[in-house]
Amino acid sequence: MKRKAFLAAFPHTLPIAVGFLFLGMSYGFYMRSAGFPFLFPMLTSMFIFAGSMEFVTVNLLLSPFNPLSVFLLTLMVNARHVFYGISLLDKYKNVGWKKPYLIFGMCDESFTINCAVEPPQDVDRGWFMFFITLLNQFYWVTGATLGALLGSFLRFDTTGIDFVMTALFVVMFINQWRQSEKHGPALVGLGVSFACLLVFKSNFILPAMALIVLWFAFTAARKEKNV
Amino acid sequence: MTLRQQIITIAVVVLGTMTTRFLAFILFPEGKTPPKFISYLGTVLPFAVIGLLVVYCLKDAVFAPFHGLPELIAITVVVLLHLWKKNTLLSIGVGTVVYMVLVQAVFLS
Repeated sequence: MKRKAFLAAFPHTLPIAVGFLFLGMSYGFYMRSAGFPFLFPMLTSMFIFAGSMEFVTVNLLLSPFNPLSVFLLTLMVNARHVFYGISLLDKYKNVGWKKPYLIFGMCDESFTINCAVEPPQDVDRGWFMFFITLLNQFYWVTGATLGALLGSFLRFDTTGIDFVMTALFVVMFINQWRQSEKHGPALVGLGVSFACLLVFKSNFILPAMALIVLWFAFTAARKEKNV
Repeated sequence: MTLRQQIITIAVVVLGTMTTRFLAFILFPEGKTPPKFISYLGTVLPFAVIGLLVVYCLKDAVFAPFHGLPELIAITVVVLLHLWKKNTLLSIGVGTVVYMVLVQAVFLS
């Protein structure tokens, strides 16, 4: 059962392997060049396991000590995870002891795969999602550790490799588009977010989340009326 | 910062991240039926959030010197290729190579 789930999950994680190994390496190298021992990127990549927040953490560690503002900043940077949770409430049901780990490892990429990919019918869903999450975390921690240890020996130009993630999200967007008959929600997510990006620049994510919820509250209320 | 303060800072980041990840599951546990609106969100958010993630990836590019043009070209390649061949790995692989060539050799700032 486990073997089958592993074999079904592995191909879905290949693009993430490429992205995470290289991005993880640049993270490990970055933290190392900021003067931290290699254990730091290894442990932060393992326990924080939220890419953008780990890069921010390097700056936080170089600033004056202020745990409360660090906590609030983390909540803001990672607020989108709350949406992932609501989206996966159903899918993460009945998976037993794997559930806490699935939630712990719910990064953008593991969320996207677990949300958009249905495992084949003869594959155990819980183990499938478990291996997606575990493999992704393995790539990231390996990348970060390697980058910290060998970063200075890297010669070839990897500028632009981070596009793997953009491409992954675009492809999952299309796959979901095909699976569903209603395209409203997908368009709302894309449209509202883009409009908020133009208005709020890099701080767009909280207003975008708020507006998306408001929009759906409105459509839900309208639906209720029509029934 | 002392080592102790550094460890506390990292622990606080872990705590903050886990708060955002576990929140929905703690508020709406398996045994209980979540409020109707949350169940409704559970059916529409999966589609909306991936759109949000796509935009999230472009948040710096749009305001960069080329205003996201290399990203737009590469995304167009990904979309067309994916509509045509329907092969996830191929679309992502080719799209990424196209993007890397664009930013390393064509759009030089």
